[in-house]
Amino acid sequence: MAEWIMRQLPALIILVPFTAAPLAYLLGTRFGRPVGFISALLSQPLAVLLAITVMREGTLRYEVGGWGGPLGIDLVADGLTATMVLVTTVVGLFVTIYALGYFGDRERYRFFWPLWLFLWGSLLALFFSGDIFNLYVCLELVSMSAVALVGLTLRREALVAAMRYMLAAILGSLFYLFGVALIYGAFGSVDMQTLREIVRADTTAQAALALMTVGLVLKTALFPLHFWLPPAHSNAPSPVSAVLSALVVKGSFYILVRLWVDVAQPMAFPGVSTVLGILGATAIIWGSLQAFRQERLKMLVAYSTVAQIGYLFLMFPLVTGGGQAATDAWMGGIFHAVSHALAKSAMFLAAGLVLARFGHDRIDGLAGLSRRAPMTAMAFGLAGVTMMGLPPSGGFVAKWLLIRASIEAGQWWWAVIVVTGGLLAAAYVFRVVGPFFSREPEGIDDLDLDPGRSPWAMEGATLALAIGALLLGVLGQPLLDLIMVSAPALVAGVTP
Amino acid sequence: MGKVTPRSPRAIRIAALAICGGVGAFLARAVLAIPETEPGLAPLVAANLEASGVKNAVTAVLLNFRGYDTLLEIAVLMLATIGVLSLSVTQSGTWDPIAVRADPVLSALTRFLAPIMILVSGYLLWAGEHAPGGAFQAGSVLGAAGVLLALSGYARPAWLSRFALRAAISVGFIVFLAVAIGEMIAGGLLLEYPADLAKTLMLLVETWLTVSIGAILVSLFIASASPAEELRMRSGGDR
Amino acid sequence: MSQTDLYTLAGAALFIIGLYGLMTRPHLLHKVLALNISSAGVFFVLVGIARRVPGTTPDPLPHAMVLTGIVVTVSSTAFALALAKRIYSETGIAALDASDVDAEENAGG
Repeated sequence: MAEWIMRQLPALIILVPFTAAPLAYLLGTRFGRPVGFISALLSQPLAVLLAITVMREGTLRYEVGGWGGPLGIDLVADGLTATMVLVTTVVGLFVTIYALGYFGDRERYRFFWPLWLFLWGSLLALFFSGDIFNLYVCLELVSMSAVALVGLTLRREALVAAMRYMLAAILGSLFYLFGVALIYGAFGSVDMQTLREIVRADTTAQAALALMTVGLVLKTALFPLHFWLPPAHSNAPSPVSAVLSALVVKGSFYILVRLWVDVAQPMAFPGVSTVLGILGATAIIWGSLQAFRQERLKMLVAYSTVAQIGYLFLMFPLVTGGGQAATDAWMGGIFHAVSHALAKSAMFLAAGLVLARFGHDRIDGLAGLSRRAPMTAMAFGLAGVTMMGLPPSGGFVAKWLLIRASIEAGQWWWAVIVVTGGLLAAAYVFRVVGPFFSREPEGIDDLDLDPGRSPWAMEGATLALAIGALLLGVLGQPLLDLIMVSAPALVAGVTP
Repeated sequence: MGKVTPRSPRAIRIAALAICGGVGAFLARAVLAIPETEPGLAPLVAANLEASGVKNAVTAVLLNFRGYDTLLEIAVLMLATIGVLSLSVTQSGTWDPIAVRADPVLSALTRFLAPIMILVSGYLLWAGEHAPGGAFQAGSVLGAAGVLLALSGYARPAWLSRFALRAAISVGFIVFLAVAIGEMIAGGLLLEYPADLAKTLMLLVETWLTVSIGAILVSLFIASASPAEELRMRSGGDR
Repeated sequence: MSQTDLYTLAGAALFIIGLYGLMTRPHLLHKVLALNISSAGVFFVLVGIARRVPGTTPDPLPHAMVLTGIVVTVSSTAFALALAKRIYSETGIAALDASDVDAEENAGG
């Protein structure tokens, strides 16, 4: 039995939410919630098992259908995949616990569970996929479930935000698919392992990479193609916002990294990596400034996501040169994705708690929150520490690695951006958190809009995620080791 | 109700034209550079065709070699249906089929056409083994038959309860999953068909896929078909 | 110009026509249709690639990719249309911004 699980591990991890989703739909509201909870619980040990196995044995390869690439589709788990699967499962579990309380058993939100389980499964399928066309289908699955979840409340702002998101997502997928078509035309395969060996820089291939990059950049909301993100992430129900900022944007980013650093690496041109870095830097500055100006808490957190995504793109110019800088940039970028996932989900869940109990999320009206809702305020504050990149948080480790990489690569200007970004983040975090703790509560009447909700589980889940982001800074070494397992040649310090 | 302007302001149109022109030139250069000698995966597919259990290469790719893509595709269809249903939720939390004024000519034509369409769907499903055809094609025709019935004013029959419709929508995906997992339990990998059973299993999967795709297409149509005014009146202040 | 080139160029042309429509037409229905046209363009490119080696039977893999793509496109179009419909019924305007309403048209009404 144990060997069977080990042999089938990648398929099992993907199948758990994908089996739960139709069951949740078919069996209706009463069974949707327990099905979702059980699925979340089952996923945990499987993801941990995957991480341990990958650490011990290196890359896992699973040939779906028994054919093996390039004829069939492979599921591949190296260190990067195992990391992303782990973070997806952990965030997913806490968001599930939160959602059980947040949505309750109300009929009108009954579609949350099948949609959420489909989103979960699609993300996992995406991270495991070793086939670029399969990635297209996974991208569509992820986008469609995310859009449906954004519009769940049927409020008009949410619907309009969902429409904008849907149009942007479809366009991004189309650009990506065009690139896949060109790659197949040029090289005759869509399997990543095959492509790794035969890819070379010719006209069609470079055009394909450019197209795929544009599509994925749109889906990852990199400045200036970020326009759809703030309304979508702020108007979605809070557990959905958490997953969108923490995981969904990381999905398309993951594919970008796979293409640029791993599979299509010989085709990567340094000029474009620098452009990506510049756009990332602009995102950091601009996103933070916009966050500071917001009046509503959820919009502030959404713009903070726009800024934090910028850090991820600093990875690209620092990786192209190889060497120690590349290794540090790789570790820093991925670690940032993970710690941001934990911290940002905590922030959105906290904002949701504020909305649920006090009926609004106007920043000016939240003075003294620490007295009315201490756990929520603390969770938000701890998450903010990671955003700012203060030690000993996970955010600090990530930023420090990026700074080290930029100095080693001789591109010290990125380090300046990282530090500036931290200061700007401090500005918008303190704008919110300062009044939480310093002033007397005014204008916060505990309306307790929904007495049926039990806040303890929800607050616990929120706090757990925030503390997790902090713990990453202290206990992060195993994660860094995992990230480096079977890392692409460029960043592993191995001459290809 | 406001009427939307037909096109964006001139500045945006000029910028869009410039962008599209640039992208177009870029794409033209890229597609013209596609080599004509690259055979792709056709030889590999041809070599393994016999082992796949069907004679039509596209069906073999869809259901066997790259069956995982097809599994995810069905998930996409189901997802879209759930999404559309969630958008049609009215105050009572349900949706009702459209009530269309019955047109006698249309009804007569439908009475004639619908059974034929079901037969055609069955044929397409069977034909997929050795010719173009298969679950998606058959499911589309079935869905079209359902839409035709709905448009002709035939009310939802009593036996087609909400649960029955939900079951019809889910059954294709569930059967596909069951077969895939069954193969795992029987000692193979996900979706690894045992050579002697491949044809039978694929037909089984395709049959239920056809049912589901038909049900999905009909649901997609019916759930969105309520006139907008009616939706607004029914949903009222539901926030 | 080979047959493949004809198809792929037509596909590229459709792709950018759809892109132009998406950018310049405020009406939601037009945007959704524009994306459909772009999808058709990508499918053309794939179909052209299937035939690129002259004299042999077409490559089945791009055909399978097009079939999958069509299903995905139908699903997302259906969902986008339902979303547009719901927006129209909630706001009375079938556009993303309220500012896209034709003022002249409404002044008389």
